[in-house]
Amino acid sequence: MLMELEAPIFRVRALAKVYRSGDVEVHALRGVDFEAAAGEFVVMLGPSGSGKSTFLNIVGGLDAATTGEVWFEDHELTGMSERELTLYRRDHVGFVFQFYNLVPSLTARENVALVTDIARNPMRAEEALELVGLGARLDHFPAQLSGGEQQRVAIARAIAKRPEVLLCDEPTWALDSKTGVRVLEALMTVNADLGATTLVITHNAAIREIAHRVVMFGDGRIVSVAVNERRLAAADVSW
Amino acid sequence: MLALDRKLLRDLVRLWPQALAIALVMAAGVATLVLGVGTHASLDETRSTFYERNRFADVFASVTRAPGALVAEIAAVPGVQSVEPRIEKLALLSVPGLSAPATGLFVSLPDFVPQRLNLLTIRAGRLPEPGDEREAVVSEPFAKAHGFGPGSRFEAILNGRKRTLVIVGIALSPEFIYAIGPWDLMPDDRRYGIVWMSERALAGAYDLKSAFSTVHLKLLSGASERAIIETLDGKLARYGGRGAYGRKDQLSHAFLDAELLQLKAMSRITPPIFLLAAALLVNMTLSRLIALERQQIGLLKAVGYSGGTIAAHYLKFVAAITLVGIVLGAAAGVWLGNGAARLYADFFRFPFLLFRTDPSTYMAGGAAALGAGVFGALRALREVMQLPPAIAMSPPAPPQYRRMFVGLGLSDRLPRSVLMVVRHLARWPLRTASAIVGVALATAILTGTLWVFQATEFMIDTTFHRSERQDATISFVQEMPERALFDVARLPGILAVEPYRNVAAKLRNGGVERRVAITGKPAGAMLSRVLDIDFRPVPLEGAGIALTDMLARILRVGRGDVIEVELLEGDRRTTQLPVTDVIKGYFGLTAYMNIDAANRLPREADRISGVHIRYDAVRQDELFGRLKELPKASFIALQRVSLQKFRETLARNILTMVTIYVSLGAIIAFGVVYNFARITLSEQGHELASLRVLGFTRGEVSGLLILEISLVVLVAQPVGWLFGYGFAAWTAAGFSTELVRVPLIVGRDAYGYATAITLMAALVSALVVRRRIDRLDLVEVLKTRE
Repeated sequence: MLMELEAPIFRVRALAKVYRSGDVEVHALRGVDFEAAAGEFVVMLGPSGSGKSTFLNIVGGLDAATTGEVWFEDHELTGMSERELTLYRRDHVGFVFQFYNLVPSLTARENVALVTDIARNPMRAEEALELVGLGARLDHFPAQLSGGEQQRVAIARAIAKRPEVLLCDEPTWALDSKTGVRVLEALMTVNADLGATTLVITHNAAIREIAHRVVMFGDGRIVSVAVNERRLAAADVSW
Repeated sequence: MLALDRKLLRDLVRLWPQALAIALVMAAGVATLVLGVGTHASLDETRSTFYERNRFADVFASVTRAPGALVAEIAAVPGVQSVEPRIEKLALLSVPGLSAPATGLFVSLPDFVPQRLNLLTIRAGRLPEPGDEREAVVSEPFAKAHGFGPGSRFEAILNGRKRTLVIVGIALSPEFIYAIGPWDLMPDDRRYGIVWMSERALAGAYDLKSAFSTVHLKLLSGASERAIIETLDGKLARYGGRGAYGRKDQLSHAFLDAELLQLKAMSRITPPIFLLAAALLVNMTLSRLIALERQQIGLLKAVGYSGGTIAAHYLKFVAAITLVGIVLGAAAGVWLGNGAARLYADFFRFPFLLFRTDPSTYMAGGAAALGAGVFGALRALREVMQLPPAIAMSPPAPPQYRRMFVGLGLSDRLPRSVLMVVRHLARWPLRTASAIVGVALATAILTGTLWVFQATEFMIDTTFHRSERQDATISFVQEMPERALFDVARLPGILAVEPYRNVAAKLRNGGVERRVAITGKPAGAMLSRVLDIDFRPVPLEGAGIALTDMLARILRVGRGDVIEVELLEGDRRTTQLPVTDVIKGYFGLTAYMNIDAANRLPREADRISGVHIRYDAVRQDELFGRLKELPKASFIALQRVSLQKFRETLARNILTMVTIYVSLGAIIAFGVVYNFARITLSEQGHELASLRVLGFTRGEVSGLLILEISLVVLVAQPVGWLFGYGFAAWTAAGFSTELVRVPLIVGRDAYGYATAITLMAALVSALVVRRRIDRLDLVEVLKTRE
């Protein structure tokens, strides 16, 4: 595989995360090793509580590991301060949330601009929205957009900074198949055009077909990794 | 405990900072109410009790000299219950350790029979022996100011003869609860005291055997004061009667009345402001709580709770907060009330003054606070009642926003953060307006309090630097020929002298009349000047009369009108005078004329009642030494000293008042901003956390919240100034009495300080809320919908 020849953008070693609530300890991650290459599209599957979201949060700089190492290129995330993590997210990571998390008081264009205002080398907000097929809905407020449209605005917002990494947590969770496909198309376009390493968490097994690699989580560990010899186009999947 | 009540308790625990902020604002309202009403009631009741116990007279009159036989005639007037004739004279005192001349008001005590009216409360020692020419009882404040006790001695010039007097007793009298010397601004206990002596002793000193110089009357209940005053004036006229008057014009009583009026005004203005702010807060907070809990409300309705039961649940939430407010407020009110009573004890000399409040005051405070709470809750409760279970169970529709000022292209030019904030504020106009009004009330209450100090400063400046520019005023025992002026001018250190002549008169227009002293001054006076309403000196030429604005208003006359003047001395005729000027005056009701014209009224030539002087401060001690011995003087007012004392007292009161009101104003500002910020945070917390995930720093994210608060606080300032000016005007009107008027001058300082304090309080609450932003859970936001 071409991807394996390149230096990994992420290197994760023996990552563990323990949540403590009183006397109760919850082991969310129990020693995860993982690597992702630049430009790779990885889908992460697994039942609820399997640790995939915790993994994504730590890789995204939102949560701290209990033990283990996470490297982004040559930066060790696990040793970063709060401020460094903020800068890491600002400069390198694009997030797509389960519930879109758009600012309701800003239009689509303005929501994207929110990120381009603080990014180092952003594309124009309009350009990002074109990429996800929303060039005609620039001045609509979130309340005036459908769920799929809102999620595509969220993707546009995530990619407008030209991130090296795109992290998506259940991006099609609330969407019907047809709308979901459009969101996946947008994700694949971005992955292809910008070369952003894309990690997608989903419960939706149908989505696995569009990934380069499928990682299966279970009980805080990676239980299996499958490489797709042939990726499907987004339009070819449905659920 | 019912499950709903358990929820109530937990809600209160969870929302305690917001609940406490509301309770504090309510407490401020209750406290000011308890303080205002309680102080008013305490002062009023203490005065009534003191008056009743000590048989304070109802009608007062002074004469030059009236025969004792007249007393029986006065006692026979229908409606008169008791009569007390007495001798009353002002005399200079020389007190050991005091370089300045002091004055005593000498009042006779009947020998052999007990006092009938204005009974003394003896605080130490005893009454003088009948006929003893050396024994005296002095007023308690005067004794305290000099550390006097029974056995202490001082000197007095009685009718030109110097005597050494021995203090045998110390007393308080209902007549002199507030004892202030002529030409003084406020009581100066070192330089003015009341001295009671045996009637025979004073009669001997003043050659008033079997005669009296003042007479006090107690009336039967239901008797017409006005009719009796008229009869009395008739009987006293030929003995040099200067016009009888009722309690309303008795100086001590009038000062207490003025104070009571001010207290009443304050207790009607301040508490409603706090309670309105509390109502706004309840409205804001409860609306948000209900919006957050709509699914719970739907669930409760779905399982069979009635709308009323659920509304009652939220009402209990408000009631609990109110209860805390009432308890805190009542406690603070009592604490402040005791402080106020101590403050009052410095001015008003009662044998006892305790801050007492009856249960009705607390009930009124509680009812007002509860009323404010329920009023604030109404809108939110209506929403609870109307929420259909099905709708309540589904999440609220996403808020609808609008693009504003599209034509202006502002959306493209304004920073994104400003757009977010402005649109969020515009999305909930009622809440934004409530917050603006709430913060404006804080600024208003501060402006409406702080202006008084500047206004007082303005009064002082006008009165002492532009109008009464003399260093001291010497009042003579009786009118003297004009050459007395030159005797004064020859005293050591005198730089300038200026005579004045007082003529007692009743001014009348139609049915309205007032007893005043018409003061005659030389044309173009330089020391004691009369200023018109534009603060220009009035030359006082010709035969007309100039009235202070308040007196002109009471008599309903203006420049060019003619008023009736009934002289209370000389030939006592009634004449007409044209009003030539309406002038500025903040103290008392005064009328001015040219001194020659004033002398012509009682048909006397070149008489003067006293002299205003300016002296060389370096030779002050020498001058004071001579003034103390001046046989023809009865009173020496030291404006320079008095002003200094006035300023000291003012400075102390300012500090107390500022501390109290700044705390209270800050409570409103803090309460409103804190609740507003918490609500905003609860609404936008999700967005703000998302922004943090997207790479915004803590500073950038809390900047949004601070921007929103700043906009509200800044927009509120001009509104607050406007309200504050209104409160000031209201207060000035409430404070305005015939004794004192406070000019409505709201200066830049008042606005500036009010805003500065509000901003500080807002900043503190913003910083408190900011800490919550720093703790936003970034992981949670990815998983949950708001």
